[in-house]
Amino acid sequence: MTEFLQTIAQLTINGIAVGAIYALVALGIVLIYKATEVLNFAHGDLLVVAAFSAWSLITLWHLPFWLALLCVVLGVALFSYLLDAFIIRRIAGQPQFSGVMLTIALAFMIRGAVSMIFGPESRNYPTPWTNQSTHLFGLSIANLQLVILGTSMAVTLVLYLFFKMTRVGVAMQASSQNQLAAYLNGVPVKRINSLVWALGGVTAAFAGVLLAPITLVDISLWFVTLKALSALVLGGFGSIPGAIVGGLLIGLIEQYVGVYMPDGTKDIVAYLVLIAVLIVRPHGLLGEAHGRRV
Amino acid sequence: MRFDYYTQYRQGFALFKSPVERNLYALLFFFLIALPGLITPFALGEMAYVFILCIASLGLMTLTGFTGQVSLGHAAFVAIGAYGHAWFMSKGLPLPLSLILAAGVSASAGLLVGIPAIRVSGLYLAMVTMAFSIIVEQIIGHWNSVTGGFTGLAVSDPTIFGIALGGPKAFYYFCLMALIAVLLVLLNVLRSGVGRALIGVRESEAASYALGIPVEKMKVTAFALSAGITGLAGGLLAHHLKYLTPDGSGVGRALIGVRESEAASYALGIPVEKMKVTAFALSAGITGLAGGLLAHHLKYLTPDGFTLILSLELVLMVVIGGLGSLRGAVLGAVLISLLPSAISRIKPFLPEGLAKQFGLETFIFGLVLAFFVLFEPMGLNGRWIKLRTLLESFPIYRQDTFKRNKRYMKSERYR
Repeated sequence: MTEFLQTIAQLTINGIAVGAIYALVALGIVLIYKATEVLNFAHGDLLVVAAFSAWSLITLWHLPFWLALLCVVLGVALFSYLLDAFIIRRIAGQPQFSGVMLTIALAFMIRGAVSMIFGPESRNYPTPWTNQSTHLFGLSIANLQLVILGTSMAVTLVLYLFFKMTRVGVAMQASSQNQLAAYLNGVPVKRINSLVWALGGVTAAFAGVLLAPITLVDISLWFVTLKALSALVLGGFGSIPGAIVGGLLIGLIEQYVGVYMPDGTKDIVAYLVLIAVLIVRPHGLLGEAHGRRV
Repeated sequence: MRFDYYTQYRQGFALFKSPVERNLYALLFFFLIALPGLITPFALGEMAYVFILCIASLGLMTLTGFTGQVSLGHAAFVAIGAYGHAWFMSKGLPLPLSLILAAGVSASAGLLVGIPAIRVSGLYLAMVTMAFSIIVEQIIGHWNSVTGGFTGLAVSDPTIFGIALGGPKAFYYFCLMALIAVLLVLLNVLRSGVGRALIGVRESEAASYALGIPVEKMKVTAFALSAGITGLAGGLLAHHLKYLTPDGSGVGRALIGVRESEAASYALGIPVEKMKVTAFALSAGITGLAGGLLAHHLKYLTPDGFTLILSLELVLMVVIGGLGSLRGAVLGAVLISLLPSAISRIKPFLPEGLAKQFGLETFIFGLVLAFFVLFEPMGLNGRWIKLRTLLESFPIYRQDTFKRNKRYMKSERYR
């Protein structure tokens, strides 16, 4: 019995650790979606960019990890800002589908460019926490995963305070509610949108730099976008707390299913959840239910 | 704005807009018939592949272009068609029957996704289809007894009534015929019925209804299914459906109505849910047909051939071709399927470091798509129409004819 409990506890910890990554990625997607109504299919590729630039800074230029992290976060934030300012902004006012297509196109371009520059082989880089783990009550967890968990919580907290306390944060909330009204009240909507993209870039950079040492620095890192989408749908699309809750839940579900269900189920359970939630409860766990406007 | 001016009601339904157009298409047809004498067997095989992708792209266009339901998972239907066909063939069924059954299985899978699709729309539907496609890929990978798992499945050579179709020339003609049949079906579906006034009512958003499934819907769906399966001329379909919806609004017009405004379609008595499911089944069936043909082209099936990338390529085809036009679907498919070989042609002229890298193709795909989304949302078909208008009205053509109206950002979040 205790052995069973032990397994459950270990799985729960692993699930929360994996879920924290999904939550962080989902958070970035939902930020951008709420503010600009563009569902960013290129978000996973921002992770790829972050991971590869961290690799070059750490392994090629021999920068210390913290400095590299700072550079990558700023760099990806700037990149996302410019992405919005020069490309995404041009399709404002067009149907939502255009946004989806444009970000898919950007995703292809980023992926292509990264593999043209770095080639197809996967690589790895050291972090201050590589190969260390913490043992507590007979459970073990890699320190890197603890760091990811901590980072996710910290980023969420900082974002929460940012949206509540600062003028820019409030302006972002306003423009995500109603762009026209915000504009008429003197909010520079275009710049605010680009700043939101930069914020999304920051979360992607953190996720990318911390996730890559676990999964290897590889193009296939972008697949995490799909898991994050499941997390978003489960938590309620467009809800920031929902993104966190959904991410953690998806992480937990994957861990449990991986042990107690047949082989191969683990890979698809996130998508099964996505379909089931959309059919049974389209507004998710924490999302707001809206009637349709006719 | 540009308007089509008709002097007779029937003109709106005509298969060809003018005798010139008819002659041009006839010319194209004879050119394609004569093509095998002009090019190498390898190029002929590539052309057959282009035709197959055209059929798949037409399948997706039925859904995305004509009802506005976005699917990011059509590779799943191609896969189901391909594997279904290979499996039926291995059980000794003759080719036409096997192809029909495969398309039928694919269309039933389309129903399976299409019925829940009534409840979700827009982005959510895109995500559901994407998830479905990933799940199908995994199932194929793990279902060893039928699909051969990740190791793959060999496809026997196609024969029809004792005639071998294995050679590039015979297979080319077979694919060409299939493409023409599908095109004819779709053309007839789309011009069936009335309700043209629906187009142009765009600016309203409809309330979502969760209806039970009426018997009528099942009849129409079954019919649409058989249409997807058989690939026979669709005139019959139009008649049948007219009988089912006595107000005279035929499928094609109704589909477009659903795309333009669900609320207006409801008001006009179009069964919106039924139309959505019909489109899904039809689209999946046609795509499945393409999958069956693809099985013969590839000769060996593995799950890796039907990933998200294929789904995205299909979406690329319909977007680049221009949403809402069959011509666009064909043009887009031709462009996208010829792009990789075009890229390998220009590679020798590029600097060595750039040409050797393997991400180049992905990058160019993205670039082409981004270019079309930003600068030519109407796609290749839109460009074609502009060119034709320029020629038709030569001295008085103005660029503003096709100017896009400026619009405020309008939320689609609550759809």
